[in-house]
Amino acid sequence: MSQVIINGSLANSGSASFGRLRRWLASVGVLGTISAVIIGTMVIVAVIGALIAPHDPTKANVGDSWDGPRGGHLLGFDANGRDLLSRLLVGTRSAMLGPLAVVGLSVIAGVVVAIVSAWRGGRVDALLGGITDMVFAFPGILIAILAATVTGAGIGSAVIALSIAYTPYIARTVRSAALGERGRAYIAALEVQGLSGWMICRRHLLPNVTPLIVAQATVLFGYAMVDLAAISYIGLGVQPPHPDWGAMINENQGGIVQQHPTPVVIVGLVLVAVVVAFNVLGHRLSRRSGISK
Amino acid sequence: MNRTTPSDTSMARQPDLRSLATSAPPLLVVERLEVRLPIRGELKRVLHDVNLTIRAGETLGLVGESGSGKSMTARAIDRLLPPGATVKGAISYAGQEVASLDTHGLRRYRAEVGMIFQDPRVHINPVRRIGDFMAEAVVSSGQMSRRQAKIRSLELLDAVHIDRGPQRLRQYPHELSGGMLQRVMIATALLPQPRLILADVPTTALDVTTQAEVMTILDQLRRELGVAMLFITHDLALAAAVCDRTAVMYAGQIVECASSAHLDDDPLHPYTAALQRARPRIDSTARRLEAIAGQSVSAFDAPADQCAFAPRCRHASDRCCAESPEVTTIDGVEVRCLLAEELHRGHPASELGSVGS
Amino acid sequence: MIDQPSAGAIKPVLMVRGLRKEFGSSVAVDDVSFDVQSGHSLAIVGESGSGKTTVARMIVGLERPTAGSVVACDRERSRPPRSTIERRRRGREIQIVFQDPYSSLDPRQTIESAIDEIVRFHGDRSTGEAARRARVRELLGLVGLDDRQAAALPRALSGGQRQRAAIARALAAEPRILILDESVAALDVSIQAQILNLLMDIRDATGVSYLLISHDLAVVRQLSDEIVVMQRGRIIERGPTATVLDTPHHSYTQLLRASVPGKGWQPSRAAMRPTPATSPVAPNVKATEGTT
Repeated sequence: MSQVIINGSLANSGSASFGRLRRWLASVGVLGTISAVIIGTMVIVAVIGALIAPHDPTKANVGDSWDGPRGGHLLGFDANGRDLLSRLLVGTRSAMLGPLAVVGLSVIAGVVVAIVSAWRGGRVDALLGGITDMVFAFPGILIAILAATVTGAGIGSAVIALSIAYTPYIARTVRSAALGERGRAYIAALEVQGLSGWMICRRHLLPNVTPLIVAQATVLFGYAMVDLAAISYIGLGVQPPHPDWGAMINENQGGIVQQHPTPVVIVGLVLVAVVVAFNVLGHRLSRRSGISK
Repeated sequence: MNRTTPSDTSMARQPDLRSLATSAPPLLVVERLEVRLPIRGELKRVLHDVNLTIRAGETLGLVGESGSGKSMTARAIDRLLPPGATVKGAISYAGQEVASLDTHGLRRYRAEVGMIFQDPRVHINPVRRIGDFMAEAVVSSGQMSRRQAKIRSLELLDAVHIDRGPQRLRQYPHELSGGMLQRVMIATALLPQPRLILADVPTTALDVTTQAEVMTILDQLRRELGVAMLFITHDLALAAAVCDRTAVMYAGQIVECASSAHLDDDPLHPYTAALQRARPRIDSTARRLEAIAGQSVSAFDAPADQCAFAPRCRHASDRCCAESPEVTTIDGVEVRCLLAEELHRGHPASELGSVGS
Repeated sequence: MIDQPSAGAIKPVLMVRGLRKEFGSSVAVDDVSFDVQSGHSLAIVGESGSGKTTVARMIVGLERPTAGSVVACDRERSRPPRSTIERRRRGREIQIVFQDPYSSLDPRQTIESAIDEIVRFHGDRSTGEAARRARVRELLGLVGLDDRQAAALPRALSGGQRQRAAIARALAAEPRILILDESVAALDVSIQAQILNLLMDIRDATGVSYLLISHDLAVVRQLSDEIVVMQRGRIIERGPTATVLDTPHHSYTQLLRASVPGKGWQPSRAAMRPTPATSPVAPNVKATEGTT
């Protein structure tokens, strides 16, 4: 009761959003906060990366290959003598945009499947459940390779392939949450009032499972990032010379045997840090939505 | 209606137990019990100055609405409070301080003081067979061998009127109905041959006929085995019907404690009287029920340094809002009300409800 | 209580005929028929598994009957509605208040907006903002919720307050029949009395009919004129509430009656059933009758 009053009175004052942010950070814990900061930084870099990159990320100078850090080149050069920092910064955008598209598409498809399944139940649920399980059986990378052989390599087909592969993950968790919500008395009360299924789902059921969708999408974002990097690594995703973290690992892997592991390690660490951040935050969010239930 | 004296009725009902209950030495004594629990990061008081005594073979009813602290009292007695809880006051069992028991002593104590929980499904592991669940405590404490436990389990299942015992022991909880699980809980609590049972029996979740069955079983076992019982319920009429004495709780305190017959006929505390009158009756229809305004509160939500019930009490005076009532004894009834004496003398408590609007 | 004026002359507001529901091979409800007169209250009494809640769910359309008909306000409603208009009209005929006050409100919606949503849904497009707001206020006043409670989310309210909100939402459609599915069972005794009084006031004020689903005979006595007793899907006894409760005829009704604790009650007299399913219940019950 008191909490609502606090909410109400604070909503009018300027410190409202600050208070809410502080409560949110407290609810995800220290690790969750660090993860949120990493993710936030990456989002900013994705937007302004090209502007703050000190050098042209595609300008190669074979003479600089594998060179270490020196004046103006903070992280040194890659296998082709390109500025590593600039490539990392510019590559952030595709590293973030790709997973964003994958998560966006799979969330839309997965949520539709989940809600229809949960709402209709019976045969519709069984059919959709069967299809979902079937897609589950194929790893995302495999679908991506199939897609690339059909439509040719490129980020577009990779994104669509991964979206299909990820849809079951969303569909499955959201369906069970939606099913739980569907069984609650307030939904039945609205049905008795005469509201259509569409209205009840849109106004009541969906908003109540949204925290779970956000949490699940956050975790999947991390996975999509790894999978897309892997697809680019094997040459079926982002095409050279455009900078991309996965492709960069591929380009620089020769350095490991040539006594120049630094570039590939740096790119790998950045990738791992961001993926772990998404994973940690996603799990914190789902735990949080579990508690508030 | 002519009022029989309270002792008469209960004497007539169960003479042997009655005499036993008053003469027997106290089995469990709770004195000035105060419990605080961490609620939303703050230690809040849920029990406040709770005093009660249970003698061997006696049944004490503990009646209260949600948040009154009745279940928490039972948990405190069985040392089953959630982590972070702080306890003040004394709980002694057969002369021994419960708080000072070590692991071994506590295990023995819990074997002698059985607990029947409110929701059997929550307290029975769904993936373990009934037989394993029942035997777990007594076998792990070394009190019985697995074989002995099984033999005794079968006897007790029979005692709580569950048929096909050997088959039941192999079944899983989900294969049994709620009422049957409740009876399994009772049998399990009886397995270590306890001297006291804390029964937090749900009466809303059970069907009325099942409830009557469970009550019969508890009543019978109590007679045959001489087990004392703390019977926790929100139903005043049920407590009055099955208990020797009944204590009524409000906001973490016992506000009245008397023999059940006395409490039923002549409640001294305005809350007890109001509770009795608020319930619809099965034998007549009221024009309006005498509802109690407002809602029941937990100890930490109740106003401090005054009578906790005063805001809802139709008799409340300025004095009730200025000082905390202590327990006084009137005609053998313990009551926590500043006006009890006055109300008792002025108007017989059976008319309490009709005073005011 | 029973001799309400001019009731007999009017057609029943709800007619249930030969209602049956099968779940797989088991029969949950078998040949259930009854009428509810306008402004009257009928109670369906029974224990878990008796089929009483399934009957209620079929009447409001949450469950589709295997056979039989449900006629409310002269309109058949045992089949799913064919149009939005029909669905909305059915909502204005029968409403329901469920048992659990904790799950019967959307946790993300304030009480006010939950009621406003329904008022808006059933109102005309022409209904102005001011009129709508007045109607919401009126409904909140009817169930005794103040402005602060109206603006609160369900989790900030007590069980009794939530149940008031659920009643207000049900009344927003101005239904002719309100089904109370164990609506006061989960409430504390003192709150239960408040809600029962409120329900009696609402009936006086609006003329709504109640279909009360309950296992609590005292609540049934307080709120209903007529009673139907169900056991294992079938109606086994019916009649005016006072008559059935004072002089039950069927052995199961007698058992139910004897299971209610009261002065001098001894549980063993009520319900000793050595083998639960097929029970020599009658002798015990007869014994109870003999002593009272």
